[in-house]
Amino acid sequence: MFLINCPYCGERDQQEFKAGGEAHIERPKQPTELSDDEWAEYLFMRKNIKGVQFERWNHAHGCRKWFNMVRDTSNDEIKAIYKMGEKPPAQ
Amino acid sequence: MKNKYSVFSLIKNAFSYHENWQRAWKDPTPKKEYDAVIVGGGGHGLATAYYLAKKHNMNNIAVVEKGWIGGGNTGRNTTIIRSNYLWDASAGLYDHALKIWEGLSQELNYNVMFSQRGVMNLAHNLQDVRDLKRRTHANRLNGIDAVYLSTEEVKKFCPIINTSPDIRYPVLGGTLQRRAGTARHDAVAWGYARGADAMGVDIIQNCEVKGIKRNGDSVEGIETTKGFIKTKKVGVVAAGHSSVIANMAGLRLPLESKPLQALVSEPVKPIIDTVVMSNAVHAYVSQSDKGELVIGAGTDDYVSYTQKGSHQIVEGTLNAILELYPIFSRMRMLRQWGGIVDICPDASPILSKTSIKGLYFNCGWGTGGFKATPGSGDLFAHTIANDEPHKLNAAFNLNRFVSGDLVDEHGAAAVAH
Repeated sequence: MFLINCPYCGERDQQEFKAGGEAHIERPKQPTELSDDEWAEYLFMRKNIKGVQFERWNHAHGCRKWFNMVRDTSNDEIKAIYKMGEKPPAQ
Repeated sequence: MKNKYSVFSLIKNAFSYHENWQRAWKDPTPKKEYDAVIVGGGGHGLATAYYLAKKHNMNNIAVVEKGWIGGGNTGRNTTIIRSNYLWDASAGLYDHALKIWEGLSQELNYNVMFSQRGVMNLAHNLQDVRDLKRRTHANRLNGIDAVYLSTEEVKKFCPIINTSPDIRYPVLGGTLQRRAGTARHDAVAWGYARGADAMGVDIIQNCEVKGIKRNGDSVEGIETTKGFIKTKKVGVVAAGHSSVIANMAGLRLPLESKPLQALVSEPVKPIIDTVVMSNAVHAYVSQSDKGELVIGAGTDDYVSYTQKGSHQIVEGTLNAILELYPIFSRMRMLRQWGGIVDICPDASPILSKTSIKGLYFNCGWGTGGFKATPGSGDLFAHTIANDEPHKLNAAFNLNRFVSGDLVDEHGAAAVAH
C-alpha cells in the first residue's frame, strides 16, 4: 500500500488505482502479419522485473485516466510518473 | 543411513533429553559438478530432487536455495489440498498429487500431518451455483470425489456458517470434496529434504543463483554466491522469482509476480473442522492443529516482490469472513504476512522444457501451488530425467501460450485469482 501522485488529481491512496501491467508494449501495427510466436510475445510474455519497472496505472476510482509509472518492484518505491504519450524518463 | 523415526526412537531420545537427534539433512559445500541442479528449495524443488533420486536414480544432484529451505511460499501458504478442478488436464495433475499425499507420511517416514477434513466451496449467486454444479459433474467424470450440497446441507456440514438469506451474499449451496484437506507445510519441505538427503542429494542453503551459463542453446552451469556449479540440467522451481531466473537465461515467461496475503488468529478451541472456501466474496478459512484460524486473503493487482500486501485486501477478506461467520467477530488476529506468487494468464502452472536445452521451468502455480507439491515434484522429476514431459504434465508446457491451447482455470479455481 502506498501513495500515488496522479498527474491529474495529485496524491491519492493506492487503493483508488488499478494496476494495468507492463507499459510500452506496442500494439502490433499489422496484426494479420503476426506469427503465433509474435502473438504469444505480445499477449502473454512479460518482463516481470524485480527492480525498476515501467507500468501503466489507471485512477479507477478518481479521474479514471491512464498514466505511466516507473516503480521499483523490490520495494514499491515510485521513481517517476508521466502521462500517456510522454516519453519515459531515462533510467 | 538415516535413523528411522518411530515411537522407539522417540523413547530412546527422551533418555538423552532429545539432545542427540541426528541431523535431518547435511549442510554440504557445493561440488564442482552435478548431473542436475534444482534452483529453489521449497516444497516443489525438494520434492523434485527427492523423486529424481528415488525414481530416476539421479543421486549426483543438488538443490540450491537462496535463503533457507521452505522459507518462501512453502512456509507462507494456507496449506489447503484439493483436486476439484474443472478441466481434465488440471484434474489429472492435482488428483495425481492428492493420491501421493494420501501415503506421503509413511513414504517419507515423516509426519506431514495430512488431514482429509474435506474442502467445501460455497456458492453465493446463481452463476456460482451453475458453475459449481458443472464442476461437480466434471470432477465425477474424472473420478474425483465431489458432491453438491444444498444450503441446508452446507449448514449441517459446517454449523457456524451464517446461511441466513438476508446477508449480502447469501449461501445458495456449495460443493464438498471429502478427500481434500490440509497438511503441515513445513513438514512437507523437511520430510522431502530429509528423504532426498538420505539418497545423496546435496541441499545447499544460503546459495543464491546469480547467472545461468549457456553454451549456445545448451545450459553449462550456474553462477552462484558459492561459486560456479557445472551442470547440464537446471530445473528452476523459484515460484515468485521465476522471471528473475528466466531473465538471467535471456528467456521471458508469461508470468506476473504479485503479493498474496494470509493471516492467522489467536488460537482457540476447535470450532471449524473442515476447510471452507468462498470464491465470490474471497474468503477462506480453516483451523490449524494449534487452534489458529488460518485465513487466506487475495492478491494485489500490481507486480511486487516485497512480500507485503495492501491493507484493503485483508479488510475485504475479513469483511466477508465476519458476514459468513458472525461467531468470529471478536477474534483477534495474531499474524499477517505476504508471499510472492507467480501468476500465469490462464491461472495454470508451467512444468516444461524451454527453448534452451537442459533448462526446465516449474512455475506459474500462482495462488494455489501447495496442494500440488508431491505431484509437481514427481512430474517435474520425470520431465528433467527423460527430457520429455509425463503425460499428466504435457498440457502444462510453455508452448501453450503460442498454440493457444490454454488450460483456463480462472473460472474453475475455487478462489478468485
